[in-house]
Amino acid sequence: MSEQQTAQQLISQLNNQELSSRELVQQCLDRITSVDDSVKAFLEVNSESALQQADAIDQKRSAGESVGPLTGIPIAIKDNICVEGWKTSCSSKMLENFTSVYDAHVIENLKSAGAVLIGRVNLDEFAMGSSCENSAFQKTANPWNTDCAPGGSSGGSAAAVAAGMVPLSIGSDTGGSIRQPAAFCGVVGMKPTYGRVSRYGLVAFASSLDQIGPFAKNVSDAALLLESLWGHDRRDSTSVDIPAPSLVNQIDQPLAGLKVGIVSEHYSDGLDDEVHQAIQSAKETYQAQGAEIHEVELPHAKCGVAAYYIIAPSEASSNLSRYDGIHYGHRASSEEKMSLEDLYERSRGEGFGPEVKRRIMLGAYALSSGYYDAYYLKALKVRRLIAEDYQKAFEKVDVILSPTSPSPAFKLGELVDDPLQMYLNDIYTIGANLAGIPGISIPAGLSSQGLPIGIQLLAPVYEEEKLLRAARMYEKEHEHSLAVPSL
Amino acid sequence: MNLSIDDVKKVAKLARLRLSPEEEQEFLGQLGDILGYIEMLNEVDTENVEPMAHIADVVNVFRSDEAQPSIDREKTLLNAPKTDGTYFLVPQILDGAE
Repeated sequence: MSEQQTAQQLISQLNNQELSSRELVQQCLDRITSVDDSVKAFLEVNSESALQQADAIDQKRSAGESVGPLTGIPIAIKDNICVEGWKTSCSSKMLENFTSVYDAHVIENLKSAGAVLIGRVNLDEFAMGSSCENSAFQKTANPWNTDCAPGGSSGGSAAAVAAGMVPLSIGSDTGGSIRQPAAFCGVVGMKPTYGRVSRYGLVAFASSLDQIGPFAKNVSDAALLLESLWGHDRRDSTSVDIPAPSLVNQIDQPLAGLKVGIVSEHYSDGLDDEVHQAIQSAKETYQAQGAEIHEVELPHAKCGVAAYYIIAPSEASSNLSRYDGIHYGHRASSEEKMSLEDLYERSRGEGFGPEVKRRIMLGAYALSSGYYDAYYLKALKVRRLIAEDYQKAFEKVDVILSPTSPSPAFKLGELVDDPLQMYLNDIYTIGANLAGIPGISIPAGLSSQGLPIGIQLLAPVYEEEKLLRAARMYEKEHEHSLAVPSL
Repeated sequence: MNLSIDDVKKVAKLARLRLSPEEEQEFLGQLGDILGYIEMLNEVDTENVEPMAHIADVVNVFRSDEAQPSIDREKTLLNAPKTDGTYFLVPQILDGAE
């Protein structure tokens, strides 16, 4: 496999028997061996099992049996998604020795689609962070410049695709955790509408915001992967039971009369000049294809980060209360006798890293007696206003174009001591989670420093097809998406 | 936002988190900064706005009350920090005769 090849190019080679899945998996394993010492995207590579999966698919193919749309394509899995028999660590000491006893819904789907699960990739602990530096186990580097962060929390998923180690990966997005690392690493990353993809088997962080989504080299591959991820699942009560449109077949159809929204509040202080320039150039790309550009207002968008950092930590403090050292996860040990309360407190104090503790504290504070109305309820009201802003904007436009992140990748270590600055990195992505709408980050070239720039498109709920077709209209006019960093 | 060290200790207790004195000091500053930033929400007029807990328009998902296969005992205990093969073992929590 050349590192530039897309999943769909590889699939056509597999289907024409120019390439076997075993050969493809072996090429990915070789690439991982040669570059992952410097990138450190993978927490574990399951070489043997991947080759076995590939052999099974190759045999099916030569027997003329159906092998599914992903037909032996290797994929990397963010390590907060359960694969039966695999460790699922969430990059936390708390779950360092945890083995999943069932498959997530998306994993069942990927297996039946013929994907080859090759290994688990790094994340910020429990998906909390924007740089992957909150992993308890390793720091993943940005393949374009190994002194820089890959973004987060799905930093391993983004870096693995960017470095050509796998053609596809999956991640999860609670406030931008797919889109921001996709932007930092120069790949495509998409968060579907809340409810489109089952959360069954995704380790819960903030249940009203979490959503699983695809990483790929280009928009068309992201569409292909999403077709295998989504669908109704009765085990997730927020999973929606509505028809899933065919995406890949439609992807190259330009949208006639497309209306692209621009939010003027987005272009204030704090936005990097080159990112701003990329947006200007994207506007021109759309105009050249007959699209109209309209200004839209999102008056409450500036409160997104504030509302999010009440809501997400509140849900996290509740979700993570299950880690008590009793049924699974880290248990504190001691020579002396411990009370049950001591056991809880010490197990949690030892098992969780600083960012997870910080967010649990923030959530517990916001939900505590006397503060609930002032913080949690207030944030939920602001959330409604933010969601209504998007609804109103989408009465005027089909999609909203914005930066994905205020700047290209920052240096590893640059923001670790300043959590608030780290949080502000999510200012453009958080709104989509609060409003539940789908969003995608697509590569928009390199900065003068040689770092990828990402632009984001947002669409109304359940309008993934429109979102992907609009993204493809930009992508096909640019060659950015297949660039590969030299490692 | 005036957060005191006692507030930090109280919340850590509520959240069942054992923090070191250094962590308490660090969180005092950082949580104070974050809560200070969050105060911008007070400038938003939310009179007559209903809180929005999630965006899903699905409500009350029902299924028939039938027993389904579940994860078996062996798998359930697979990740137990301490087990005798049948039960999860926990420290003694009641005082009294052994």
